[in-house]
Amino acid sequence: MDTMRDRFAPVMTRLLDEDPRLAVVLAEIGLDGFKDAMRAHPDRVINVGIREQLLVGAGAGLALAGLRPVVHTFASFLVERPFEQIKLDFGHQDVGGVLVSAAASFDWPEGGFTHMSPGDVALLDTLDGWTVHVPGHPDEAETLLRHAVAAGDDKVYVRLSVQANATPMPVDGAGFHTVREGRRGVVVAVGPMLDQVLAATEGLDVTVLYATTVRPFDAAGLRRAVGGAVAADVVLVEPYLAGTSTAAANDALVEVPHRVLGLGVARRELRRYGRVEEHVRAHGLDAGSLRERIGGFLG
Amino acid sequence: MTTTTEHTFTYGDLPRLMGLMTGDEKHGPAATSTLDALWVLYDRVLRVTPDRADDPARDRFLLSKGHGPMAYYAVLAAKGFLPVDWLEGFGSYDSPLGHHPDRVLVPGAEIGSGSLGHGLPLAVGTTLGLRARGLTDPRVWVLVGDAELDEGSNHEAIAYAGPAGLEQLHTLVIDNASASYARPGGIAARFEAAGWSALTVDGRDHEALYAAYTAPHAGRPHAVIARVEPKSV
Repeated sequence: MDTMRDRFAPVMTRLLDEDPRLAVVLAEIGLDGFKDAMRAHPDRVINVGIREQLLVGAGAGLALAGLRPVVHTFASFLVERPFEQIKLDFGHQDVGGVLVSAAASFDWPEGGFTHMSPGDVALLDTLDGWTVHVPGHPDEAETLLRHAVAAGDDKVYVRLSVQANATPMPVDGAGFHTVREGRRGVVVAVGPMLDQVLAATEGLDVTVLYATTVRPFDAAGLRRAVGGAVAADVVLVEPYLAGTSTAAANDALVEVPHRVLGLGVARRELRRYGRVEEHVRAHGLDAGSLRERIGGFLG
Repeated sequence: MTTTTEHTFTYGDLPRLMGLMTGDEKHGPAATSTLDALWVLYDRVLRVTPDRADDPARDRFLLSKGHGPMAYYAVLAAKGFLPVDWLEGFGSYDSPLGHHPDRVLVPGAEIGSGSLGHGLPLAVGTTLGLRARGLTDPRVWVLVGDAELDEGSNHEAIAYAGPAGLEQLHTLVIDNASASYARPGGIAARFEAAGWSALTVDGRDHEALYAAYTAPHAGRPHAVIARVEPKSV
């Protein structure tokens, strides 16, 4: 199977042909896929070199000039390094754009912690008005990229990862999707976590919601699912920093006595290389660990 | 909003307009470091007026050095972008005019600024965006301070814009010698090394400013370094 990132350049290349308002900004990373697009649209495929502050600032400048910028590099360099540019150049200037990251929480474990960004979504959560898409399959990534580009002047983050589920789900760029229904609680699986969550909850009497658009958080969807359960017990399984959406779930359930368990990538730095599956296991996000933790919580 | 004015303001009105904000008609060099450079730009160079504030083909002026914006507000008021009677509220809760400008609140302000090092990268993107839209006529100007140039984001922008040949881009550096560590070789040399056209002039001399602003610079972005009285004196 190809990766979400493999889809990025071909999808954007087609969209660049279709939409004269669209521009792609790169900082060396991901450049190879845009060679044809760069020839066809030299003014709208821009490589600023290894300059991430300029990458984001120039993206926002394109928006000030009336374009729809799509800004891409690894999550660490897109969200973390130039964070103030995201906050001020898009937020404070009140302009829109699409940030598309790759490398996610630990897509390249051999590369070590410098190329890991489990905190990206939590960081964006400190800002107002960002839509956050976390696709769980390359097909979903393609759909959500198209939603992001077409979302007027909205500020949208799309998080691409090599972690993926075996089969795509229908995604609409908005609410959560009910995959399984049960009565003992609600498990929210975000993006690439779905396969592990379904395996972990096999035979358990729980509702599983699938979330690929996590901001805005589908509070109504969560409340509906909780309404069908015996107790308002919610487990969030996120492929990034554990607890990132716990506050959003708590806010959604403020009228109901409830419990929330937030599972995801631990804050502690592992200082390990290796393979993605080894990191999934180390953070307790494999099906076996998840079954133990979800089962223990729901009792 | 009333942007029409009974009489045409001149350079001589600016101290009074600044006085409306500060209650003082005598301003030190720090408060007026940008005044002459801004006035000449708005009075004789920029092709933008209040009724063209949303015209895609207007020239853009981005105030990156948002600290001490009184001179900027005075010039915007003199040119009719904002009502003179807004000036007295400067910095108050009900005023759109803060100690750093907000583009969402201030008519004619292309960007909000205050945090240093954002204007030049935004100006680079704006220039690229205009070019991508086929708008090769409008010029983009960004004003930075000499100490602001210390910010790494500016160096990313300078290093990119020269080789990229962004001819529509213009940087106006107000040099009041406020950087803790002077730039070896001078500020113009930094721009020239990155492939920019650069001129250094007396920032109080209106004719010299005008000549530097309008100097040809085919195929290259252009920097004007306007020297004014040192801040520390």
